Amino acid sequence: MATSLTLNVNGKSRLISVDDPDTPLLWVLRENLGLTGTKYSCGIAQCGACMVHVNGEPALSCITQVSQVAGKKITTIEGLSRDGGHPLQKAWIAEEVSQCGYCQPGQIMSAAALLAKNKNPSDAEIEQAMARHICTCGTYNRIRKAIHAAAAMTRKGA
Amino acid sequence: MDAIFNPKRRTFLKVGAATGGGLVIGFYLPGAAGVAEAATGPTKLNAFVKIGADGKVTFVTGTSEMGQGAHNALAMMIAEELEVDFKNVRIEQGGIDPAFANPRYIGFRAVGGFQATGGSSSVRNVGVRVRYAGAAARFMLISAGAEKMKELRSECVAENGYVVHKPSGRKVSYGALANDAARQVAPDDPVLKQPSEFKIIGKATPRHDTPPKVTGKALYGLDVKRPGMLIATVAKCPVFGGKVKSFSADRALKVKGVKKVVQISSGVAVVADGFWAAKKGRDALEITWDEGPVAKVSSPGMYQSWAALAKGPTAAERLKTGDVATALATAAKRVESVYEVPFLAHVCMEPMNATAHFKGDSVEIWAPTQAQSWNAHWVSQLTGVPTSAITVHTTYLGGGFGRRLESDYVLDAVETSRAAGNVPVKVVWTREDDLQHDFYRPASHNVFEAALGADGMPTAWRHRIVGTSILQYFKTFGHFLRKDGMDPTSAQGAGDYFPYDIPNVLVDYVNNNPGVPSGFWRSVGNTQNGFLLESFVDELAHAAGKDPYQYRRQLFSKPHAARLRAVLDLVAEKAGWGKPLPAGVHRGIAAHFAYGSYCAQVAEVSVARDGKVKVHRVVAAIDPGWIVNPATVERQIEGAIFYGLTAALYGDITIKNGRVEQSNFDNYKILRMDEMPKVEVHILQGKGEQGGIGEPGVNPVAPAVTNAIFAATGKRIRKLPIKPEMLRT
Ligand code: FES
Ligand code: FES
Repeated sequence: MATSLTLNVNGKSRLISVDDPDTPLLWVLRENLGLTGTKYSCGIAQCGACMVHVNGEPALSCITQVSQVAGKKITTIEGLSRDGGHPLQKAWIAEEVSQCGYCQPGQIMSAAALLAKNKNPSDAEIEQAMARHICTCGTYNRIRKAIHAAAAMTRKGA
Repeated sequence: MDAIFNPKRRTFLKVGAATGGGLVIGFYLPGAAGVAEAATGPTKLNAFVKIGADGKVTFVTGTSEMGQGAHNALAMMIAEELEVDFKNVRIEQGGIDPAFANPRYIGFRAVGGFQATGGSSSVRNVGVRVRYAGAAARFMLISAGAEKMKELRSECVAENGYVVHKPSGRKVSYGALANDAARQVAPDDPVLKQPSEFKIIGKATPRHDTPPKVTGKALYGLDVKRPGMLIATVAKCPVFGGKVKSFSADRALKVKGVKKVVQISSGVAVVADGFWAAKKGRDALEITWDEGPVAKVSSPGMYQSWAALAKGPTAAERLKTGDVATALATAAKRVESVYEVPFLAHVCMEPMNATAHFKGDSVEIWAPTQAQSWNAHWVSQLTGVPTSAITVHTTYLGGGFGRRLESDYVLDAVETSRAAGNVPVKVVWTREDDLQHDFYRPASHNVFEAALGADGMPTAWRHRIVGTSILQYFKTFGHFLRKDGMDPTSAQGAGDYFPYDIPNVLVDYVNNNPGVPSGFWRSVGNTQNGFLLESFVDELAHAAGKDPYQYRRQLFSKPHAARLRAVLDLVAEKAGWGKPLPAGVHRGIAAHFAYGSYCAQVAEVSVARDGKVKVHRVVAAIDPGWIVNPATVERQIEGAIFYGLTAALYGDITIKNGRVEQSNFDNYKILRMDEMPKVEVHILQGKGEQGGIGEPGVNPVAPAVTNAIFAATGKRIRKLPIKPEMLRT
C-alpha cells in the first residue's frame, strides 16, 4: 500500500504518494515533485548537497524521512526567492562563486539559514555554519566572501 | 595551429542559412565519420555560431562545461571576433558531431572524430577554431553590409553588432544582414583580430552559467527526466574484475517499486520507478561473485612488490642524457630517497550517472560526459549500432576532473535500457559506487639518486618509477602504450619536460598493475611527478646547504625553463620569500610545468605538536601565455590548489583483498571551508604558446606544503598523504 502524505513545499501544499514512508525527503523532492535543485552526492549526511530548510532550520534531506516532515514548512533552493533575487544569490553571482555549481544550492541554503539568524557573521561563524558542506571544486574562499557581501546587503536593507 | 584544420582551406568552414532565417557557420572534418551529414546541407550543419534575422547570436559548443568555465571563455572568443556585445551571446550545448572534434585529440582519429574535453585544451586548442568561425562571420557580414549600403567594402567595419560605413556613419544591424551574409562566400583566410584590438578577451567577464547554478535551474545528468523513464542502480562486484557467478532477484523483486532485475556486463541492475526503490532492491539482491585473481591484491603487498621491481634490471626509458652511472659512481656527494604516492579517487560532487534509451537501431544518451565521441564509440562496440545513429546530449557536469573521460557509466545505462526492454533508464551510482569503482590516479613507488658536485649542484639525476598505468585501462588510447611497457602518462612531468639543468639524467619506468583501474585525474602524471621532482630537488638544495628558491633558480637556467624561472621569481617576490613570518609558520616553494602552463607556488604552513598541519596561505604564480578570462583563471587556480591540497592531506585509496577500503566522505576526507588556505593568484602572460588552465595549478601545492613542513620540522614527507603521526613531536 502506498502512503499518501501532504507536504508543504515552498509555500504550496503538495500531495504525494510513496511506497515507503522512510523514503528520504531528497528523492521525493527530486523525483515526485521535480525539484531537482536539491542535490544528491553522499546520502549519509557528509556533504550538504541536499540541504533544505525544514521550519526554517537547515536540514539534510538525504537523511530526513519524508514521513517526518509532513505538515512542516519545507523550503528548497527553488523557493528561496522568486527570481534568484535573494541577497545570497546576488552575492554568489557578483562573486562568481560557482564552478561546476553542483554543491551550491545546498551551500546557499545553509548560508540563508545562517543569515536569517545572524546579520553579521564572523569568519568563524560562517565556517561553523558551513562545516557540513563539501565543494570538490574548491570554492570555499569565494563562498565565505559572498556570505559577507550578502550579509552587508541585508544590513543595508537590500 | 592544429594539423587537421587549416583556415586557409575554406572547405573546413561551412556556411549556410539558418532554419527560420539567418547565418550559420560551422566546421566539418573531411575523412571523419559523419562528414556526409555535415556536408549534406546548410540546415543540417552543426554550427559554431548562428546569427538570427532577429540579430540574436547563438554560440553552439561541443565542449563540456564541468566548472572550468570553458563555455564562457569560448563564447567570449566568438563575441570578440564577431564584434558583438558578449551579453547578447547565447550559449547552446551542441550534440555530438565531427565538427566538434577537439584538435588536441587529432592523433586519435583512427577511432572516430574525437569530441572530448580534457587536457586543459578548450581555450588553447578548440578556441582557435571558434575564433576563425567568428572571424569568418564578421567578414561575410561586412561584405553583406557594404553591398546593402552600396558602399566600398574597404570603408566598412564591424562594430558592436552593426556593420558601419565609417565615412558616413551609416550602419546596418547584423540581424538585418544575416540572410544576405549567408549567401556570401566564406573567406579563404579569415583574419583574426590582433591582441591589441581585443575588447572582451583578457577582461574579467561574468559567467553565463552562474545564475542558473544559484537558483537550482542548471540541469545536470542526475536531473534528466524522460517520458516513461525508470531509475536503476547496479550491483557491481566489490573486487575489481570480478563477475557474477549466480544471483537471485526474488527478494529484490518484492521491494515495492522495483520493476525488473537484469544482468549486465558490469553486474546486476535493479530497475525501479525511483531511486529509493532501486537502492532498496539492490540491497535485497543475493549475488554470488566470482571474485577472480584481483581478490588476492592488497595495498601493502603491492607496494612491497614495487619496491622489489624498482631494484630489478629492466625498465622502459623515458629520458636519458649523459652517463648517469659514471656520474653517480664518481660523485663527491650522493643523495638517495624513496617516495611513494597513493591511488586517488576523483570525487566529482555529482556521482557517475547517465540516462539512455536503446531503441534497437539507434541509441539516445543524456550524460554529464567529458567524452561524447568515446562514449559513442564504445556504445557502438557494445550494441552494434553505428555511431551515426547514436546521439549524446551533454548536460552540465557536477565535476569532471578526468573521471568522465571514461565510458563505463554510459555503458551501464545503455545496457540496462536494452536489457529492461528498450525503455529509457537513468542509472544512478551511489557515492559508494563512485568511490569504489573509479579509475584511480596511479599509485607509484619511486627511487631517486642524485650526485652533487663540489658546488652542491647536481651532476646526475636518476629516477625510477614503478607503478600502475592509465593507458592499460583506457583502451581508446591503448595503442600509445609502448611495447616495452612505457606509459607516457606515468612519466608525464618526470621525463617529457625536465626543467632542471643537469648533465646526466636517467628517468625510467616499470609498468606493474595487479588490477586496480587507473585513469586520468586532473593533471594526470604531473600530479605525482610534480610532487616527486619538486620534493627531491628540495632535498638536494638542503644537502647542498642552499636556499631552495635560489637553488631552483639556478637549475631553471636552460631556455626551455625560462618561463618556469619567471613564475618562480614572481611567486618568491609576491610571497615575500626570505622575509620574516609569524612564529611557527614556515614556507615551502615548488614549480612545475604542465599542459603548456608554468606554475609556481609558495605555501605557508605550521605544524602543531600533535602533527596536525595547517596551511595558512598559498601564493601562486602562473604563466599560461595569453589568457581569455582572468576571473576564470584565478578561480581555476584556487580550485586546483584545493584539489591538490585535499589529495596531499587526505587522499588515499587503499586496497584490501581486491576491494577499495574507502566508501564515502566519512572515510575519504575532503578539505572543508575552515581548512582552506588563503589563496593569492598572480598571472603572468609570457611570450610563447598558450597553455591550459584547468590542470596546471594542481601540481605545485603538495611539494610546496611538504617542503614547508620540512622547513618547520626537519621531517621530509616521502609518502603521501601527509599524516599527523608522521609529524608528531
Ligand atoms: S547528500 Fe545529503 S549530505 Fe550529502
Ligand atoms: S562548485 Fe563544484 S562542487 Fe562546489
